[in-house]
Amino acid sequence: MKFDTPATTNPIDQLKVVGKPVDRIDGPLKTTGRAPYAYERHDAIPDIAYGYVVGAAIAKGRIVSMDLSRAKAAPGVLAIVTAAEAGKLAKGDFNTAMLLGGPDIQHYHQAIAIVVAETFEQARAAAGLVKVDYERAKGTFDLVSAKDGATKPKDGGPDSAVGDFEAAFAAAPVKLDETYTTPDHGHAMMEPHASIAAWKGDKLSLWTSNQMIAWGAGDVAKTLGVPRENVRLMSPFIGGGFGGKLFVRADAILAALGAKAAGRPVKVALTRPFMFNNTTHRPATIQRIRIGTDRAGKITAIGHESWSGDLPGGGPETAVQQTRLLYAGENRMTKTRLAVLDLPEGNAMRAPGEAPGLMALEVAVDELAEKLGIDPVEFRVLNDTQVDPEKPSRPFSQRRLNECLRTGADKFGWSRRAKPGQARDGRWLVGMGVAAAFRNNLVMKSAARVRLETSGVVTVETDMTDIGTGSYTIIAQTAAEMMGVPLTRVNVRLGDSSFPVSAGSGGQWGANSSTAGVYAACVKLREAVAGKLGLDAAQAQFADGRVKVGNQSLPLEQAAASGPVTAEDFMEYGDLTKTHQQSTFGAHFVEVGVDADTAEIRIRRMLAVCAAGRILNPKSARSQVIGAMVMGAGAALMEELVVDKRIGFFVNHDLAGYEVPVHADIPHQEVIFLDETDPMSSPMKAKGVGELGICGVGAAVANAVYNATGVRVREYPVTLDKLLEKMPVLA
Amino acid sequence: MAILDDLQLSRREVMATGAAVGVATAPGVAAAAPAEPGPSVMKVSFTVNGQRQTLELDTRTTLLDALREHLKLTGSKKGCDHGQCGACTVIVDGRRINSCLSLAVMHEGDEVTTIEGLGSPEKLHPLQAAFVRHDGYQCGYCTPGQICSAKAVLDEIKAGVPSHVTADLNAKVQFSEDELRERMSGNICRCGAYSNIVAAVAEVAGGPILGKGA
Amino acid sequence: MRAFTYERAKSPREAAAAVAADPTARFIAGGTNLLDLMKLEIETPARLVDVNGLKLDEIAPTKDGGLRIGALVRNTDLAADKRVRKDYGVLSRALLAGASGQLRNKATTAGNLLQRTRCPYFYDTNMPCNKRTPGAGCSAIGGFTRSLAVLGASEACIATHPSDMAVALRVLDATVETVTPDGTERSIPIADFHRLPGQTPHVETALARGELITSVTLPRPVGGVHAYRKVRDRASYAFALVSVASVIHKDGSGRIALGGVAHKPWRVETAESSLPRGAKAISEGLLAGARTTSQNAFKLTLTERAIGAAVAEARA
Repeated sequence: MKFDTPATTNPIDQLKVVGKPVDRIDGPLKTTGRAPYAYERHDAIPDIAYGYVVGAAIAKGRIVSMDLSRAKAAPGVLAIVTAAEAGKLAKGDFNTAMLLGGPDIQHYHQAIAIVVAETFEQARAAAGLVKVDYERAKGTFDLVSAKDGATKPKDGGPDSAVGDFEAAFAAAPVKLDETYTTPDHGHAMMEPHASIAAWKGDKLSLWTSNQMIAWGAGDVAKTLGVPRENVRLMSPFIGGGFGGKLFVRADAILAALGAKAAGRPVKVALTRPFMFNNTTHRPATIQRIRIGTDRAGKITAIGHESWSGDLPGGGPETAVQQTRLLYAGENRMTKTRLAVLDLPEGNAMRAPGEAPGLMALEVAVDELAEKLGIDPVEFRVLNDTQVDPEKPSRPFSQRRLNECLRTGADKFGWSRRAKPGQARDGRWLVGMGVAAAFRNNLVMKSAARVRLETSGVVTVETDMTDIGTGSYTIIAQTAAEMMGVPLTRVNVRLGDSSFPVSAGSGGQWGANSSTAGVYAACVKLREAVAGKLGLDAAQAQFADGRVKVGNQSLPLEQAAASGPVTAEDFMEYGDLTKTHQQSTFGAHFVEVGVDADTAEIRIRRMLAVCAAGRILNPKSARSQVIGAMVMGAGAALMEELVVDKRIGFFVNHDLAGYEVPVHADIPHQEVIFLDETDPMSSPMKAKGVGELGICGVGAAVANAVYNATGVRVREYPVTLDKLLEKMPVLA
Repeated sequence: MAILDDLQLSRREVMATGAAVGVATAPGVAAAAPAEPGPSVMKVSFTVNGQRQTLELDTRTTLLDALREHLKLTGSKKGCDHGQCGACTVIVDGRRINSCLSLAVMHEGDEVTTIEGLGSPEKLHPLQAAFVRHDGYQCGYCTPGQICSAKAVLDEIKAGVPSHVTADLNAKVQFSEDELRERMSGNICRCGAYSNIVAAVAEVAGGPILGKGA
Repeated sequence: MRAFTYERAKSPREAAAAVAADPTARFIAGGTNLLDLMKLEIETPARLVDVNGLKLDEIAPTKDGGLRIGALVRNTDLAADKRVRKDYGVLSRALLAGASGQLRNKATTAGNLLQRTRCPYFYDTNMPCNKRTPGAGCSAIGGFTRSLAVLGASEACIATHPSDMAVALRVLDATVETVTPDGTERSIPIADFHRLPGQTPHVETALARGELITSVTLPRPVGGVHAYRKVRDRASYAFALVSVASVIHKDGSGRIALGGVAHKPWRVETAESSLPRGAKAISEGLLAGARTTSQNAFKLTLTERAIGAAVAEARA
């Protein structure tokens, strides 16, 4: 099915199941420990051996020699595979560095061997006996010093320009020119990357933890040099991804190589201290923002430049993206530059681009509003645009940013916000901050297969994944709505490369795109069912387990009396994303307390107001938003992968060193969804929300800290050491 | 108070670092390491979820790996294996511990309760049901640890064990959401379900759900 | 983790003798730090002597009005003990500010004292570290030092001691009681228990090989307002950037010990006479000789301000 004209009324609009805050259908499995994750599939395959990955001890250079003799002789060892033994391996389409390094080493903790043994304890101990001699090469590890040598990236339209930014900025009576930095961030999902690999002849089964099954199957096949159809990926439960599991990683490839060498199924989990340097991360940015306004506060010039780094062949953090669309202004420019760094591979993490981009832009906007003496909510409202500011003939499909801001201000008590450094509650300096949230709505082709079983149960199969997002539940809701059955009569099977190819989980496109694919398949199934029952599909109503046309009403399962009825289809998209800019919007409001003595920062209140099309399940969607707010709070206040610029690695590479928020950091959170449908997005009229929640929240926290203390910090994370010297003098 | 410049202090060490890394070895390989001894195997018996279990284990096996890899009770999760996340939380003799930082052979005669022992999909423990109702999880990986921890936390409050946020050490410990947040802080949820987890646990505790309004 | 044999000790003296006789042997109690380090092969014992069965888990009054805390008393139980809460509040507070509920349930009094540093370079065996391999060099100096020592460090090591409990014990003038391999008992004042790194940062305590901590004794209560102020980025489950253990009397006199600033709990008794004159006055003496990096210099300001807060709170 192709979606190329705006949606009109369809069965989803009944909203009998869709749009309801139902409990997740996978909840009982997850809360009782019965949901099996990749490393736990003892049920699927017997006699599994254990693999343990050895990582490079240097950031750049080459392996001179490896001595495996002691490791091979260690108790229980079945096989050791290094690049020398592995034969020719290709680099996956979605990888920047080789997943098995050697002799060349591209980054610290790049995998260089897998040791397979009978037990985990034996594999780990033997891995410690692998002796490696390296020749170290000089690397580049410091973004600040590499900045001037950064170049225009090959892909993705690195520059944009409308009007004459330089002239307009120079002429603006009020202007801001500031530079902000965001550090490298780790996904730090709770389930480490893990895989079990089993070969049957030349066919490979991989139980793994991966957000994008089809990409994954393709890259496993390419890396190993086997036909794509010989690879089966299964990933029904994923313990968090946030972009870190978009791509095949070393666990999957090394499990496959280890299993081949050992002649046994092999399971591999990356250890936590290894993950931060071995896998991908959100790259650090340096961002320069220039905004000029007239005296009334209307933006006349807006410019955003961003620098980030990656390994050779890698890509930039697209931190300027939102600045092309978020505010009005006739003269505009953005610029993205990429430096070559020999740090671990940079790549997508929840809201790549916008998350760090808004951390800078929305602080700049706060600073400018203050210069103008305009309330930051009003400043944003004043500079709203209902059209693509680079191309005014192209409207937004929906844009209710102002309503988000106004609603939030009202609910949060924004009018009680004091001047910087003026509000006090006991030992706490108290401040409020606001930021706009913005993230584009991407639509992706997505397929599904639905089957009416003889029992009347509807089974949905798609390679879509549920990484905690609620895919199982909203897909079940979609099928239930379309087929007129209760939720309990829908069975959803996900994350298997033998199922039709879905949109997968990334870029907050999963919910709308994958359910639209299920919608398409259900439309086909409705036709097939009506045909079986001898009813006119166009007239048929599916409700309460029955199919009705006029006075005729037949039980749904009658269509499957002689066997299951199956339909498969996909949703693909036409030009609506070109004719209309599809984005999601929100406003974050945060109140912080800053300890007057120690400058410790604690969040007191958080509110997000979101306008993101139809909310398919307000309960799981709200969870997406609060979770993203937590991650944004971490980015604002504590998260930083610290680069040792001499050695070239992330120093704080475990969960004690890389601090992410804990319970005590997060207060009760409020989320308001504006009642909205977007007929331009899909028949579901939904948009993404899983990344919107992190967009802007970091800036709202930073702005609140400024409001509390009067100290502006432009280098994230905003930590007490950056405030301390400028804090009010104690009595 | 002298301010010591990083680089000044470190010039010699940086060079030493460079040289040493230049011929770095894999973790733990000392120059004169003794030959690797074979694994030491021991028998251990303990009770898991009311069932007596006797295992022959490599002494290096953690309680977590004994549960997950030997007893196939995979509800207890390995998130970090270093006591930095809480996903492995189980209850031993009534107390919550990180099962990743405890050797199985050290639990002779102990009573271990895991998430599987609290309830099943068909018969949820009240905490499990509350987590479902309040959407107190997303990816589900930290969830068993959160629930085991929550159960123990409620017992700790009842028993009068104070916490970092208890205002008066000499008064009876009162239930509050701040107490929950502090006590649950050893269980990291990267999906960020904290707000919902606190609501779920507070509901089971029967305490007031404070701070509802923004 | 290297393979090891495991045995349960029958008496403190036997345990001490066993470990003294075998250079590859280590005691294990709570295990929360040792196992963490063994997994990374920072610790590589070939033999573990489990001391959990030694009945050293009582808290009892001493003859002179103090408390004797068994080496195996769990951090949770010590923090919750009614006598500790009433008379040694700074100790309860310090314990409760550390780690997590799960870890405190396992961690023991002796083990807490023997925690090793959290310096990230110590934790990465690819990085030269004088603690792990004497003479290898220190990778932390010139690297990421934000959390590292500003006092008492050397050219060989700038690690800090991670314990909160030890800082409270230092301010309370506790004594560490041990049994040596030949069966004699020894009392080590807490001030002498932890060492500064000097040129031997791998030697962290005054304990001899095999010497086993049996208890920690607290002198009779000293009164005053007890507080433990732990400053950290994350609100919980994090090590201190700086911590201040304080016992302050009505007249403004008192004691201060610092955590997060040195290789051992930091206390300068001679500086304490200036406490009644305020935080700035005592900080001058406490922080004398500080050597900082651009990343950790803030600890000096932070310490002074945290002491100021403790003093103000005690007076309120």
